Amino acid sequence: MSHPANLRYSKEHEWVRVDGSTATIGITSFAADELGDIVFVELPEVGSSLSQFGSFGVVESVKAVSDLYAPVSGEVTEVNGALAEQPELLNSDAYGEGWIVRVALTDTAELDALMDADAYAELTA
Amino acid sequence: MGYTPHTDPDRAAMLAAIGVASVDDLFADIPERVRASGWDLPAPMAEQEVRAELTRLANANRLPEVSFLGYGAYRHLVPSVVAEVVGRAEFSTAYTPYQPEVSQGTLQSIYEFQSLICELTGMEVASASHYDGATATAEAALMACRLTRRHRVAVSAGLNPDYRRVLATYCSGPGVEVVTVPVDLAEGGTGTTDPASAAELLDDGVACLIAAQPSFYGQLEPMAELGEAAHAVGALFVAVVEPTSLALLTAPGEYGADIVTAEGQPLGIPVSFGGPYVGLMAARMSSVRQMPGRLVGATRDVQGRLGYVLTLQAREQHIRREKAASNICTNQALMALAATAYLTAVGPEGLREVAELSTIQARHVAAAIEGAGLGERRFSGPYFAEVAIRVPDAARRHAAMAESGIVAGHVVERDEPALRDTLLLAATELTTDDDVARLVDALEATR
Repeated sequence: MSHPANLRYSKEHEWVRVDGSTATIGITSFAADELGDIVFVELPEVGSSLSQFGSFGVVESVKAVSDLYAPVSGEVTEVNGALAEQPELLNSDAYGEGWIVRVALTDTAELDALMDADAYAELTA
Repeated sequence: MGYTPHTDPDRAAMLAAIGVASVDDLFADIPERVRASGWDLPAPMAEQEVRAELTRLANANRLPEVSFLGYGAYRHLVPSVVAEVVGRAEFSTAYTPYQPEVSQGTLQSIYEFQSLICELTGMEVASASHYDGATATAEAALMACRLTRRHRVAVSAGLNPDYRRVLATYCSGPGVEVVTVPVDLAEGGTGTTDPASAAELLDDGVACLIAAQPSFYGQLEPMAELGEAAHAVGALFVAVVEPTSLALLTAPGEYGADIVTAEGQPLGIPVSFGGPYVGLMAARMSSVRQMPGRLVGATRDVQGRLGYVLTLQAREQHIRREKAASNICTNQALMALAATAYLTAVGPEGLREVAELSTIQARHVAAAIEGAGLGERRFSGPYFAEVAIRVPDAARRHAAMAESGIVAGHVVERDEPALRDTLLLAATELTTDDDVARLVDALEATR
């Protein structure tokens, strides 16, 4: 399975895309496939703070309930409201329409603790 | 086969595996002084001896000839069909219906229970079910904290004192602060929660305001105004109701309640010291994922047939462990079934008659006492089926009347020291005119 080269990945199967000081976070297509049909995503509030590798929400599928872990620290600036009605976007477009939150990145150095696409592909091979 | 699960060699092997010399060593962390020791048990008895002993103990109970005790549990007529339904082995032996393919009957009965509670409360979703009204109310407070992400709850002093104690216990673990909104206890006052005083205690750190309808004192609270005060600061409004009263009073769903809880005992469950009772809880569909307890949904199977299943189980602890919405891990299915059978048997008209007769008899109690010059209503304003009466020297006379088999309600100062010389008297459709006459005579005799 290949993963977008412009993202960084965590061991907990979240991805992060950095645009300037904004980081967009989601779960990987590998995670979505493993979970199966996703039926509910519990989102954090805008303004709340995420800390790297801390839990920030919940994703529920027909076969499991899992916590979401933040790949980076930051304050939530936006949440993907479309997921309330269409949680299946995580299955259909994990790296696009299925993004989960955007945060104002606290420390770009945290990205060094994450994997690139090749390392993540190796982890999930 | 033997019913001893472990043999001595089994125990020795287990102790060796964990590196402990004896079973006693497993309790080394427990201080000696708190350990049980010196069991002083009587010799074994034959069945007929046990029967005789239990009969002797049971005969020591004194059953009141006449009782006006309410305090959250009410003696109503239970149609015989309720016991007949509840006693059926298909229901009385069924465990939590995790397997829908073998549990359709139980699941359907729970679904019908939920539907009846929604109809009664005017709410969108009801869970099934809770241990009792007090724990359901405490669960509602914690649910409001999860929904609002706030950590303080406001509760009216007009909520049953037992419920407030359970609430305090439930809130102590997660560190939720409980603030109490006062009730107007002035002589001849309303005996209700003042929305303006409530508003003073409410701010954007409060998760919910909890108020009871009717209040502990039987008085009717200004629920719509209390709900508005809660909503003004973004808090939820939790209404704790008496279920039969809903046949007469406005449904909580109509006055803006976000969560409704109740003690379901008045619906076909006999009064019994310690229960089992059943807690009711209803809410809005938008908050269902934070709702604690079992939930049964209706669906269609692959062949298009109607079926029932436990749904949204990811909230529950058998899936989510410590992150579950609640640690409630059973439901009161049999008591919920009793409530379902009761409501089905009496119907909307029957429930209305129960509520009307109860209010009529409560007024009869108040009028009889006032007419004989033995006491007067402690509060003004409308009340339901329990009434606070000011009676001189209430505690002593209550005890004296109990000696003669008459329980003259509850002595309020045991819970609320500011309310001296006040009896809280409950009436239901089972309260007869003769009961009231005997109460008046007993009050006269103990004057």
